[in-house]
Amino acid sequence: MKAGSNLERVLEAGHFAVTAECGPPRGADADKVLKKAELVKGNVDACNVTDNQTSVVRMSSVAGCMLVQQSGTEPLLQMVVRDRNRIALQSDLLGASALGVRNLLCLSGDHQKFGDDPQAKNVFDIDSIQLIHMVKTMRDEGVFPSGDKLDGAPKFYIGCAINPFADPFEIRVPRFKLKIEAGADFVQTQCIYNMDKFKRFMEDARKEGLHERTKILAGVTPLKSAGMAKFMNRMVAGIEIPEEFIKRIADEPKEKQAAKGIEMCIEQIQEIKEMEGIAGVHVMAIEWEEKLNEIIGGAGLLPRPMVEQ
Amino acid sequence: MITGTPKPIEEILEMVEPYDNIIVAGCFGCVTVCRVGGDKEVQVLSSTLRLAREAAGKKIEIREVCLERQCDPEYLEPMRPYIEDYQAVLSIACGAGIQFMAEKFTKTPLLPGINTGFLGVTERQGEWTERCQGCGDCVLHLTGGICPVTRCAKSIFHGPCGGSVQGICEVDKEVKCGWQLIIDRLVSLEQMENYGKLKPYKGWDTSRDGGPRRIIREDMV
Repeated sequence: MKAGSNLERVLEAGHFAVTAECGPPRGADADKVLKKAELVKGNVDACNVTDNQTSVVRMSSVAGCMLVQQSGTEPLLQMVVRDRNRIALQSDLLGASALGVRNLLCLSGDHQKFGDDPQAKNVFDIDSIQLIHMVKTMRDEGVFPSGDKLDGAPKFYIGCAINPFADPFEIRVPRFKLKIEAGADFVQTQCIYNMDKFKRFMEDARKEGLHERTKILAGVTPLKSAGMAKFMNRMVAGIEIPEEFIKRIADEPKEKQAAKGIEMCIEQIQEIKEMEGIAGVHVMAIEWEEKLNEIIGGAGLLPRPMVEQ
Repeated sequence: MITGTPKPIEEILEMVEPYDNIIVAGCFGCVTVCRVGGDKEVQVLSSTLRLAREAAGKKIEIREVCLERQCDPEYLEPMRPYIEDYQAVLSIACGAGIQFMAEKFTKTPLLPGINTGFLGVTERQGEWTERCQGCGDCVLHLTGGICPVTRCAKSIFHGPCGGSVQGICEVDKEVKCGWQLIIDRLVSLEQMENYGKLKPYKGWDTSRDGGPRRIIREDMV
């Protein structure tokens, strides 16, 4: 075991893993996190806590992780390199590990242009791939990147994100490989709607044997309405929702679109489960945590396995 | 070259408001080439200021000068005999030139007439784009001659990030994804092996982050 997290144990035992995410609130209200965490509890092996996603200021992800942990779910800390230089990254990693966080997702972070403070200075001292390398160095060699010995190495199961749909398509597998070479133990993908394109991506990844070197969790996001689908397609970089996918929801009357979205998400998970090289699913039910139980249960993934330490 | 853009005339008028006797100083270097701070711009700006101040009933006397370069001491020296006859200098050179003049003539307030931009190139008449951030550790030989620090909005070393769509950066529809450009170029040069290597963390100490920088060429000092 690299970090001994529940997520790592579940994956290493060969179970199909399930993760979800909690976005911390736009304020200091701990109850907001605890309420979401309550909806997540029992449905997942670990729960991502996002780090100021879309550059919109929120409660810190380390604090969010503590609250999720308090409520009985294993947290997965998302950390972006947009807001912290290597000094702050190292320090926050040590702090999070000291507080018991055992899963980490290394990300670039959305450009600050999209958030509350487009005039902010960004950092990007190191990039997300170098962050993976940095954490691995600290964990496995017990030293800082500077070479100095650590007083206790941080323990993280190291993850990264990949977007199989971002351009240029031909670079997605080589870039994924770079992340594995840097030290990624697992990966969570951007949400998938274009299943054919994802299958092509997975074929290419399997040719390189990447599915054997890392655990791949496929990302899904249930759609609440045809409007949401169209909005995401148009506004979110790297998200592709095929026309026929949108049509299936749009063909439903408005009041039944959400139920259709959930049904389609369950179908997707079932299809993903059968794909060679997929080790789990990452369900991003954005501000819709109350549906996690229905989706994950509906996909036949409950109860979650208990794997002894 | 170093590029720049004129400051709004309202801002300049506010800056010169306390004075009735100033120098407007241009530069024949980069700012002449990008047509923001040369002798023509000195003339136009001076005329505009005179007219505006006359209309406001508060005339201003302006001496127009344009130096060979404001970033070299020998070209600044000729101003010494008369500079103290004026209450302020409004310089339309780059930030380096303005500051160098301020250092040399310590009793005279210096006012910036332009906003200094970036190290860039002329795309076509009237359009300039950035190419270099002067980070002090050039890697262009590994990236197909395209700079990831400057051309990528996140300055990442293993791009592109998820925000690259059909060759365009998510931050602006007018901005090409630097990493798409790098990859296209590496493919055409048959140098894609450069892409597959993990690059060491960049040392920003050779960049601005190491503090104001200095170059000493022992062979020339």
